[in-house]
Amino acid sequence: MDKHVLLVEDEVNIIEAMRFLLTRDGWKVGTHSDGATAVSAIRDARPDLVVLDYMLPGKSGIEILTELRALPDLAGLPVLMLTARGQSRDRELAERAGVNRFMTKPFSNSEVLNAVRDLVRV
Amino acid sequence: MASLNLLVGVSLVYVAFLFAVAFAAERAAVRGRSGWLRTPLVYTLSLSIYCTAWTFYGAVGYAARSGMEYVTIYLGPSLVMIGWWWVLRKLVRIGRSQRVTSVADLISARYGKSNTLAIVVTLMAVVGVTPYIALQLQSVTLALSIFSGPPDAEGLNGLNPLSAGFWVAGGLAVFTVLFGTRNLNANERHDGVVIAIAVEAVVKLVALMAVGIFVVWGIAGGIGPMMERIDASALGTWELDRSRWAALTVLSAAAFLCLPRMFQVLVVENDDERHVQIASWAFPVYLMLMSLFVVPIAVVGLNLLPAGSNPDLFVVSIPLAQGQTGLAVLSFLGGFSSATSMVIVATLALSTMVSNHVVMPIYLSLKPGGASMSGDVRNVILLARRLSILLIIALGYVYYVLSGGSGALAAIGLISFAGVAQFLPAMLGGIFWRGATRMGALSGLCLGFAIWVYASLLPSFGQDAVLPASFFDVGPFGINWLRPYAFFGIDGMDPTVHAVFWSLLLNTGVFIVVSLLTFPKPLERLQGAQFVNVFDHSGQARGWHASVAASEDLMIMAQRILGASEAQALFRAAARAQGMTGHLPEPTPAFLERLERELSASVGTATAHAMVSQMVGAASVSVEDLLAVADESAQMLEYSSQLEAKSAELSRTAGQLREANEKLTQLSVQKDAFLGQISHELRTPMTSIRAFSEIMRDAEGLSVAEKTKYASIIHVEAIRLTRLLDDLLDLSVLENGQVSLNSATGPLDAVLDHAVITAQASGDGRLRVTRDTAAGDTMVTTDLDRLGQVFINLITNAQKYCRAAAPHLEISVHADAERLAVEFRDNGTPIPDAARALIFEKFARVAEGDGSGAGLGLAICREIMARLGGDITHVPQAAGNVFVVQIPRRQMSAGQ
Repeated sequence: MDKHVLLVEDEVNIIEAMRFLLTRDGWKVGTHSDGATAVSAIRDARPDLVVLDYMLPGKSGIEILTELRALPDLAGLPVLMLTARGQSRDRELAERAGVNRFMTKPFSNSEVLNAVRDLVRV
Repeated sequence: MASLNLLVGVSLVYVAFLFAVAFAAERAAVRGRSGWLRTPLVYTLSLSIYCTAWTFYGAVGYAARSGMEYVTIYLGPSLVMIGWWWVLRKLVRIGRSQRVTSVADLISARYGKSNTLAIVVTLMAVVGVTPYIALQLQSVTLALSIFSGPPDAEGLNGLNPLSAGFWVAGGLAVFTVLFGTRNLNANERHDGVVIAIAVEAVVKLVALMAVGIFVVWGIAGGIGPMMERIDASALGTWELDRSRWAALTVLSAAAFLCLPRMFQVLVVENDDERHVQIASWAFPVYLMLMSLFVVPIAVVGLNLLPAGSNPDLFVVSIPLAQGQTGLAVLSFLGGFSSATSMVIVATLALSTMVSNHVVMPIYLSLKPGGASMSGDVRNVILLARRLSILLIIALGYVYYVLSGGSGALAAIGLISFAGVAQFLPAMLGGIFWRGATRMGALSGLCLGFAIWVYASLLPSFGQDAVLPASFFDVGPFGINWLRPYAFFGIDGMDPTVHAVFWSLLLNTGVFIVVSLLTFPKPLERLQGAQFVNVFDHSGQARGWHASVAASEDLMIMAQRILGASEAQALFRAAARAQGMTGHLPEPTPAFLERLERELSASVGTATAHAMVSQMVGAASVSVEDLLAVADESAQMLEYSSQLEAKSAELSRTAGQLREANEKLTQLSVQKDAFLGQISHELRTPMTSIRAFSEIMRDAEGLSVAEKTKYASIIHVEAIRLTRLLDDLLDLSVLENGQVSLNSATGPLDAVLDHAVITAQASGDGRLRVTRDTAAGDTMVTTDLDRLGQVFINLITNAQKYCRAAAPHLEISVHADAERLAVEFRDNGTPIPDAARALIFEKFARVAEGDGSGAGLGLAICREIMARLGGDITHVPQAAGNVFVVQIPRRQMSAGQ
């Protein structure tokens, strides 16, 4: 049974690359590129894992994560956060908000695949 | 022999005559015709209250007992008047400028308007002068007794000295009350009293000289025989006790300055400083005339009268013995004049002190509301003065009774002199030494006075009267060095010299030492400067802070003290002087000062100051005044103002630091944000490049289409990275001002054409660009490449962000004399108001774009236009956006 990953990301080329990699690895991949509507999109999609970008138009990844953790049915959803800002403070903020894994762009493909597998425990 | 009744009758007529003179003088003064009242002659004659019954009767007695020593009593004042008239002038000037009403007021005012000091001086003056008043009672009573019959073995015949003394005291009290306190004078001067004592001065001089002439020519038979008589008597030989002479001369000089009644006529009643100079020779002449016949009268008296006759009464008893009743009555009137004038002025001066410094402060503090309560204070003051007069004369009478009414007049007088001489160090120190302090004055006065009481006043009642006889033999409680007549075991000194020496020495010593050790308060410092340098700033007393004093309240208070009409006149005049129409002036510092002076004449400086302070509710001295004093003496103030300045400077610096810190924090936040942005802009394309390059390397079975697509993504992202780096470098160069501009002149049209072509070459061709060619031939002088870069950026932005169905950009040129404006109008979605402020900031991507821009374009445009001396603005529109680029017409020198 295919596991479902939702990519919340606004960079088209990164979406393209992630979709290619995850699909090949046997994941069912959904995408969403707007921060403001991300939470309802996640609730609708009911994914097994969310890959969440830190900087999104409309609402930041941290805000989205905080809202997710406040929702009883989504509080336990595994979240992998990706950021291109590369500042240590961001990692602290994300961990406090309840992130499961935090990765800085750019990353190696195997790295991100391992992280995804790890989080969902295939 | 004149009967007692005749004498009483003559005295009453004489008193009535004095009243008439005084009344006439006051009437004249009220009508403003007082010129003749205030002449140097009247001033000089008024000083003659120095010559009391002691001088009139006692000098002859003194000469009969102690030879030429009586001269010292005249010598001291003469030396002061001749040699020290400038001290007097200074006192007069200070008295005038500070509105001083008494010696207590002077000392209190000098030492910071200290009420404590005023009270101490007042009490000391009352105690010190009491023997002196007793002396007057005694002399008048004795003179009366001579007329009542020849002395018998019992002493006085037909006249009980105690009841006679009582009636004399009562008469003097009524006389003084009627004379001195009929009204409250605005300037504490008594025209009527001064004239009356001037008349009395003439009477006593005439009386004494008449007796003298009678004695020399009527009895001795001329000057020659008189001189032979003198040579034959014991008085002719000069037996000088040097220490007594020196001590008594100093003592009488000190008393001349310090006696409350002398201060009253010398300073308070003085009308013109120049009178002091005339009196400086005229008064010694008067004294000389008064002393001229003392020795002849004494010698003839000793020759003529039976042994055991009281030499103090020779002036009356010689004419009586010779059957010259008329001359005897005249002589009696002279002595009576001496006694009454002294008692009147002394009790007036003392009552002013008692009521101003003791009664009024107590009364004011007891009344709720302090100085601003309702009711007329004038009546209270008058009542206080009258009661004070009765009290002082009563004290004199008590002393007279206690001392037995028998002591030599001169001895009693000297006790008084020594008492009031204690004021001298504080007084002279106060007007010549700025370092003198309140504590110094207080310590010196108290110690000197205590020594005087112990070594001079108490022993005067006789051994075993107050002090037990053992004190004199072995010292109090066996402490040998504290014997009243032999301090520190130094025996053999004359008691008077002893008391004067020790009291003045220790008084002065303590005054100086304590002054050096203590620190004056600001008001003391200020007053000290005003006193010592009185000639530098005459007329200027201390300043008042113009503050919340309501003129109305001041008016109410002034009315009660000065009287309604006087107060209203004062206020109206002040209001007129300020150029105001109403009755109430502004409470300016000058007016408050004036008012305080007026009030101080009635209630004393310290009380007046306290009253006005209460009304004004302000600090008593203005900062300006204090700083003026600080120039020379108030290092403390200077230091504190320095400290203040320093602390102001520090707080300024702290403020600047805080500001700088805030700026730095802000900058640091901005820098963090900027670095985060750069990181994001660099890492994002890098992520795509890395991901796709790894896919192409690792993934198997990629189609050619996929491979081509991924390779082109890598290509586009690489270009994006390069462009980002270019933009960053460009921006950095522009922001640091290191950019070199190549100014050139060219047609604006050509620059626009080139920009449109360049932009469209990289765009997708959807954007339609139109040109308004109205100002087509406009030439510009600027860096044409940089201007072109701005245009390209704006066109590229329109290509990226204009999301209209048919994207359109219209470029138009507007030229006026000074500036050129190029307008870029698109038909896209207007930028929201909230974002408008941000669009020219770095990395501010507010519109949905293709993601290829880093958000630096408009920031670069803004920097370039700033360098070129123009600017770029976004003008909000109902539909679409307009960017206006303004170029200065003559752009000459923006480059470095």
